[in-house]
Amino acid sequence: MTPHPTATPAYPDIKPPVTSIGLIGWIRANLFNSWFNSILTLLVLAGLFKTVPPMVKWAFIDSLWTSTSAECHADGGACWSIITANIRFILFGFYPPDQQWRPLSAMILLVVMLLITRNRRWWHRALAWAWVAALTAMWLLMRGGFIGLQFVESTQWGGMPLTLILAIFGLTAAYPLGVVLALGRQSRMPAIKSLCVIYIELIRGVPLISLLFMSSVIFPLFLPEGITVNKIIRAQAAIILFTAAYIAEVVRGGLQAIPKGQFEAADSLGLNYFQTMRLVVLPQALKIVIPPTVSILISAFKDTSLVVIIALYDILKTTQSTLSNPKWMGFSTEAYIFLAAVYFLCCFFMSNWSRQLEKDLST
Amino acid sequence: MSPNDTHTDTLPAGDPAGAADAATKPIIEIIGMHKWFGEFHVLKDINLEVRPTERIVVCGPSGSGKSTMIRCINRLEEHQRGKIIVDDIELTNNLKNIEKIREEVGMVFQHFNLFPHLTILENLTLGPIWVRKLPKKEAEETAMYYLEKVHIAEQARKYPGQLSGGQQQRVAVARSLCMKPKVMLFDEPTSALDPEMVKEVLDVMISLAQEGMTMIVVTHEMGFAKSVAHRVLFMDDGRIVEENEPEEFFSNPQHERTQLFLSQILH
Repeated sequence: MTPHPTATPAYPDIKPPVTSIGLIGWIRANLFNSWFNSILTLLVLAGLFKTVPPMVKWAFIDSLWTSTSAECHADGGACWSIITANIRFILFGFYPPDQQWRPLSAMILLVVMLLITRNRRWWHRALAWAWVAALTAMWLLMRGGFIGLQFVESTQWGGMPLTLILAIFGLTAAYPLGVVLALGRQSRMPAIKSLCVIYIELIRGVPLISLLFMSSVIFPLFLPEGITVNKIIRAQAAIILFTAAYIAEVVRGGLQAIPKGQFEAADSLGLNYFQTMRLVVLPQALKIVIPPTVSILISAFKDTSLVVIIALYDILKTTQSTLSNPKWMGFSTEAYIFLAAVYFLCCFFMSNWSRQLEKDLST
Repeated sequence: MSPNDTHTDTLPAGDPAGAADAATKPIIEIIGMHKWFGEFHVLKDINLEVRPTERIVVCGPSGSGKSTMIRCINRLEEHQRGKIIVDDIELTNNLKNIEKIREEVGMVFQHFNLFPHLTILENLTLGPIWVRKLPKKEAEETAMYYLEKVHIAEQARKYPGQLSGGQQQRVAVARSLCMKPKVMLFDEPTSALDPEMVKEVLDVMISLAQEGMTMIVVTHEMGFAKSVAHRVLFMDDGRIVEENEPEEFFSNPQHERTQLFLSQILH
């Protein structure tokens, strides 16, 4: 842009036409910008008008929140009472009712830790120790068996705490294992490389259900007599091994995206392999793959519900069990909506967190 | 710093007596070195001695093996025959030796290769802290010293992506210097820069030369070669075709291939 030689007054700003800005402008540009889109808009509006009001009426206006099952059966609206009346069983399973403050406080502790961890300002070494302490405390709280706390066997654990335990331990253990596998697969040492490739391809080649069956049915056969491994731990191991294989492949993608020059610059400074990976390559590679990694973590979280097939009572199973109670039969819609909401909240928290993390880490 | 720190004389230093006096022991020795990329014979019988504080410019057409040769010196590329001895250590597959040599040999790349996830200061302190095991504070002081030197200290807290190409390349030079290397290798340091930024990088390299740094520079900047180099090597087709003092090299090239090359780039 060359400056104008004569000092003419600047061209005055005039307001844009009304039809191009504001709500009206937006509606015109996005909803009615052609006859086809106009028809679509009207159809969608009609559809919404048909479905939304009855749904609101069912879910909120005609609904019952704290009633007996008999009242529910008489009423036409949603029966959220199935949730409120059975909330303790749904959340805690067969955990002894008078002891349920223990899983409750364990879960509150977990949520507090998650909220603290969300903020990157707190990311110091101390936080890592706080996590170790918190997880140990949760475990001890759930288990009991000391200073007057009644011992609760892990076969009685169930509901939300079980889901969260499987998810949190599963994801935190699978992630580093996946990174190690990805590095191993890139290794120049043929033995390590082929081991990692075989592991990843084998695990990815079978469904999680079959791994869970193997862990609960086949694995005990190989143990010497008299030794048993806790069923939850076996399921946990299966989830970890399974998720790690997927994370490994995602991380490998990230490693391949790092330009060769980065390795060369690190090499020429004299950094060794582990320093290069830890200080230069992984911080960049892991950042690139945050979105697909979180996808895997979210789907792994939801996959924990598959433990129902080896008769662990996670929150899916406890909700289902409520439905098999003759009193509450027939309210499966409400129960599953509740369940979906619980899973959605957790998953939304994860994806929201990952988006924030990406923003914080962008340089 | 190098033992010949007295060599802070003025440029131009085409003087053969300069650092290149035959009495000092070479810091880099390449003897009968060959390299292949698969079937392709990229480097053929390379022989080169570089003495402390000596400055060598390597030029030649693209694909002649210039970059590959200097990348062999810190083992970014592996040679298949012959010997490379750096600072009395022979380059073999011994990882410990390779790391030791890399500590002493700085390298500046065509595309800077700064670490984008670290600030400028962190880029500079990474090597000293993890390889030289310096305390963080000391490493940062050294880093600031060299950032001052390349006139970029005020950018220390920024990330590489926020700097111009010329600034990034100067940071890259400072990053190498923070390791207090005995030799600096430059692999076409100005080729990826916008024209107006070439000078600021060359100025930094010239001041480095004035301080007596041992340098091997692959470049097409013939002005730089004329004023700074003790020796100019011309490579073609994987061989060192001609090797001479800059004055002789430019005014009276011996080899036909050199004459053609010079006529093409000097017009």
